[in-house]
Amino acid sequence: MPSLRALAPIALIALAAGPALAASPPAGKARTARRASRAAMVAIPAGSYRPLYGRPNDPLTVVAAFRLDRDPVTRADFLAFVRANPQWRRSAVRPLFADRNGYLADWRSDLDPSTGSGQAAGDAAALRRPVTGVSWFAARAYCAARDARLPSVAEWEYAAAASERQRDASRDAAFVQRLVSLYASRPRPLPPVGAGAANAYGVRGLHGLAWEWVDDFNSVLVSDDSRGVGGRDHDLFCASAAIGAADPTNFPAFLRYALRAGLTGRSTLETLGFRCAA
Amino acid sequence: MTTLRLPLPLPITARRLAVTAALVAGAVSASVALVSRAGSTGSSDDSRAAAAVPVRAMPEITGVEKAVLTAAPDVPAPITRDYATKVLVELETVEKTMRLADGVEYTFWTFGGNVPGSFIRVREGDLVEFTLKNHAHSSVPHNIDLHAVTGPGGGAAATLTLPGGASTFSFRALNPGLYVYHCAVSPVPMHIANGMYGLILVQPREGMPKVDRELYVMQSEFYAKPGAAGKPHTLDMEKGAAEQPTHVVFNGAVGALTGDKAPEVKVGESVRIYVGNGGPNLTSNFHVIGEVFDNVYGEGGSMVSQKNVQTTLVPAGGSAIVEFRAEKTGNLVIVDHAIFRAFNKGALGMIKVTGEDNPKVYAQLKGLPMAGH
Repeated sequence: MPSLRALAPIALIALAAGPALAASPPAGKARTARRASRAAMVAIPAGSYRPLYGRPNDPLTVVAAFRLDRDPVTRADFLAFVRANPQWRRSAVRPLFADRNGYLADWRSDLDPSTGSGQAAGDAAALRRPVTGVSWFAARAYCAARDARLPSVAEWEYAAAASERQRDASRDAAFVQRLVSLYASRPRPLPPVGAGAANAYGVRGLHGLAWEWVDDFNSVLVSDDSRGVGGRDHDLFCASAAIGAADPTNFPAFLRYALRAGLTGRSTLETLGFRCAA
Repeated sequence: MTTLRLPLPLPITARRLAVTAALVAGAVSASVALVSRAGSTGSSDDSRAAAAVPVRAMPEITGVEKAVLTAAPDVPAPITRDYATKVLVELETVEKTMRLADGVEYTFWTFGGNVPGSFIRVREGDLVEFTLKNHAHSSVPHNIDLHAVTGPGGGAAATLTLPGGASTFSFRALNPGLYVYHCAVSPVPMHIANGMYGLILVQPREGMPKVDRELYVMQSEFYAKPGAAGKPHTLDMEKGAAEQPTHVVFNGAVGALTGDKAPEVKVGESVRIYVGNGGPNLTSNFHVIGEVFDNVYGEGGSMVSQKNVQTTLVPAGGSAIVEFRAEKTGNLVIVDHAIFRAFNKGALGMIKVTGEDNPKVYAQLKGLPMAGH
């Protein structure tokens, strides 16, 4: 899959921007952050899964063992990050790395992540909500500061295929239906993290809170150009999106892939957050 | 002067060859590949446009205007200008919870905040510059496939729009007729099942016969699953795949065209209904109880295909235009005549006909008194 080619322009930008992205917090703080991150991570054993796009006879995608944040990154977490890394504050972020119209747009100010709507400044519940309105660049920088990274599509999908009981619930109609309902009608504002039940791996909030960034979000653009007219064109529009899909009934997966297909590294959505992996 | 068309629906590569040949050999050879459309009348700028783009004659664009969009059952006023212009259309996708039926709140995905989406009216030959916005509060990306569009995905290929974003593309309204538009982001059945469809009328350049009243009625069906703990209903995947709707409705909700919301016309007035069917699955058996359609523009095409019709089929993702004259007071009842849908699932609408009674057309002579008539 030519996913590397699709990623190349972004990778170049990231390299060019090295110093800005790699600004690391003071050593003491970094150690604290790393300890904290280990405590909040869940070990995911190695395994394999069937990606949305592929033929039924394709080999399963192998996923090596990794660790994944138990919960999405909260506003409080991100506040600590922007305190230590002023270049990622709303007023300072470079337009190259985040759409400034949407970046942390519902924060009251650079260092106050409570949302404007009906909440008191510094509202404790607000701090526990997932941070959203964060670009891919910012999410990567956050994870890097924790000596972590964003999960890959494969890792995220693998971990998120689990229901409370089953590690692979992607063919469980009741589970699929529940995700359809969750995605179709997200609560506003998003509820605090940690409220829902953990899945079979012990991870929480993968579906019921915000969408989440993955590192290789644009690798779904399988052919040269998703706007092209080529025969193997995963346009993700109309019925042609079902061509080449392993499971046309997995609507939640289609919704996730369609969202990712529209993203660029600068995108900032009100319903898009992230968590880190290691 | 004539309007010009390719004689055959050539594949794209062949069309490209034709274009290339025309460019190389000059405009003269282009005319060889073109034939006149019988019976049509064209404007004086057709020949110039044809020389530039032999695929289809296109009139010169004069000026620019912003399209006025309407929510059902209203239709934008007829276009009276006699030239092609650039029309700016702006439509926003909005996800919002509204009433589907009594006691059933549903999280709809909409074009313009209503189901069906805003009615768009342009004129044949217009250059439409279409801007699709997606509300920042949306959960998912949306796009638009307008069946009136000639080009990739009917616009869908150019309009994938993230929440909080906007996309713009342009198209020529080449073919007159009444067309469905819908969201075509994967998984498309979910976007359509949640309410993302509407109608665009490409008014023929010669206009349409004047009528006293134009209405916008769109049928669709819903597969509503109750949300957990009192949350809104959302799509029931199993019922959708099985094509077993919980609700079949006109204009987005049970009762959207009845009671106080029923349009009113007067005896003697001519009525034209732009009928659409969003589906996602069912074909509509569109019928108005107590009327006969004098004219039907079958499948939403640009000519009257049949006269004196009782029930007309409207395919999912298709349309029809029906015309009649109100000749008797009382309520005309709009139904899908697959009648369980009307009686049990909500496919009922109403048009109130007021004014002077007309016993020459219809009179009850003997029998039980009928309430409400």
